[in-house]
Amino acid sequence: MIKERRFVRKAASNVITATYELKAPPYPLNALEPHMSRETLEYHWGKHHRTYVENLNKQVVGTDLEGLSLEDIIIVTYNKGDILPAFNNAAQAWNHDFFWESMKPGGGGKPSGDLLDLIERDFGSFERFIEEFKSAAATQFGSGWAWLAYKANRLDVENAVNPWPSEKDKKLVIVKSPNAMNPLVWDYFPLLTIDVWEHAYYLDFQNQRPDYISVFMEKLVSWETVNTRLEKAKARAAEREMEEERRRKEEEEGKPTNEEDDDDDLEMYVDNDNDDSEAE
Amino acid sequence: MKIDVNHRNPHPRVRLALPLPKYKVLPHGGFMYKTHISGCTLEKKNLLRLQMALRSLATRKTLTLALNSTRLAQSRALQTFSLPDLPYDYGALEPAISGEIMQLHHQKHHQTYITNYNKALEQLHDAIQKGDSSTVVKLQSAIKFNGGGHINHSIFWKNLAPIREGGGEPPHGSLGWAIDTNFGSLESLIQKMNAEGAALQGSGWVWLGLDKELKKLVVETTANQDPLVTNGPNLVPLLGIDVWEHAYYLQYKNVRPDYLKNVWKVINWKYASEVYEKESA
Repeated sequence: MIKERRFVRKAASNVITATYELKAPPYPLNALEPHMSRETLEYHWGKHHRTYVENLNKQVVGTDLEGLSLEDIIIVTYNKGDILPAFNNAAQAWNHDFFWESMKPGGGGKPSGDLLDLIERDFGSFERFIEEFKSAAATQFGSGWAWLAYKANRLDVENAVNPWPSEKDKKLVIVKSPNAMNPLVWDYFPLLTIDVWEHAYYLDFQNQRPDYISVFMEKLVSWETVNTRLEKAKARAAEREMEEERRRKEEEEGKPTNEEDDDDDLEMYVDNDNDDSEAE
Repeated sequence: MKIDVNHRNPHPRVRLALPLPKYKVLPHGGFMYKTHISGCTLEKKNLLRLQMALRSLATRKTLTLALNSTRLAQSRALQTFSLPDLPYDYGALEPAISGEIMQLHHQKHHQTYITNYNKALEQLHDAIQKGDSSTVVKLQSAIKFNGGGHINHSIFWKNLAPIREGGGEPPHGSLGWAIDTNFGSLESLIQKMNAEGAALQGSGWVWLGLDKELKKLVVETTANQDPLVTNGPNLVPLLGIDVWEHAYYLQYKNVRPDYLKNVWKVINWKYASEVYEKESA
């Protein structure tokens, strides 16, 4: 993900600055040829992606958003759908990082192991999954993205309207999103994405978006990366479940949660050196 | 793909042997064309008429052979739409908009909207006849996307003109006066439209419109292929500028502001004035 330089405190003033940096794709710009040209990478990463990062930094400096992680900025500025100005740049910065890492030279082929099992369980077969993913990418009208995501949330998602409310937790889903939107705002774990803004494919494929999508699936997708992301997603989902279990148990037993006490700003003053104190 | 910017041919199966006419400028400023066919000289408008008549004759022959599906559709009283010709060659708007872009934009993008619009309308027709309400409703977005794409691009081609046919010439008459009244000056209108066009996230259009009810000019943006009327039922489009990336990417890449700056050199204010005069009468 994007590197942050955290909390650089200048000695003289109390100014804290945190900037987001444009991270390079994990391969040289010509490494995806002939499937995605170096020219495309030069413009797409070197201009579009860079501009999102630069504009984000300009928007964030001196505001409450400064110092937040990119993912946090996305959630905060999504603002339950009433998006705030920094959302587009933040989300697009994140989306593009995610996109470069979703590809690799000599990519494509088929996933294996857990990932393949889940795909077969949730889509019927790998071929059906490919069909659905391609269709989502082709029918995202205008600018946007298509995603494979791991969904492990319940009905009430705090930040947004969950487009897939269902009782079945923990499954793979394909979703498409317009412009800068991404599934983080629905509390999904993204696993794979394809950029279907025209700038992503116009130099190489002109209007032929379906051809671009096919080439992406057959020659570019990095299933290893998707797999790694799935493992992380499952781990986080399991962690969350445990936390929720614990919280529920504590509520049942009437005990207050003791997590917040450590961060308490209150100080307690004692009048004497006695170990007994009046306040608990 | 070989792109011939000098000879637009909307029906590639029909080879038309009309060469590029030579012209000379007349003392009064008009153009005189010499045709290959009769050897006589014609005024430009008559040349265009002759060309169009010959073209439609040739295409009618080819179309007769392939008319079956259209006839069937027509017998069910369903109108299908077809790609309108550009009133100028693909290369005629250079250097503001490249011939390569014009050809792709017209022959691929606009054609695709029309093809999908016709398909959606046929499916809608079926669904209505069967009383299949859920399909009727489901088709609305496809109709809006593709029908909107057809509407918007049909206007767009008329909004553009080669420089030697008046492209870029500022509006006079009532539209010029209305622009000054509503925006202060033409420059200030252009600045506003460029700012809104550049700021538009994703894909869409920036419009100069006439609000027929309030009797004033407005600058509006619409997303994707939403026609101007989706912003208000009393809005009439005078000028639309396509800011989808396909409209400029091959030439201007990510620098949409440069495209917006240059497109004004080929904007056809004559057409906008005509619409304005008609709609504000």
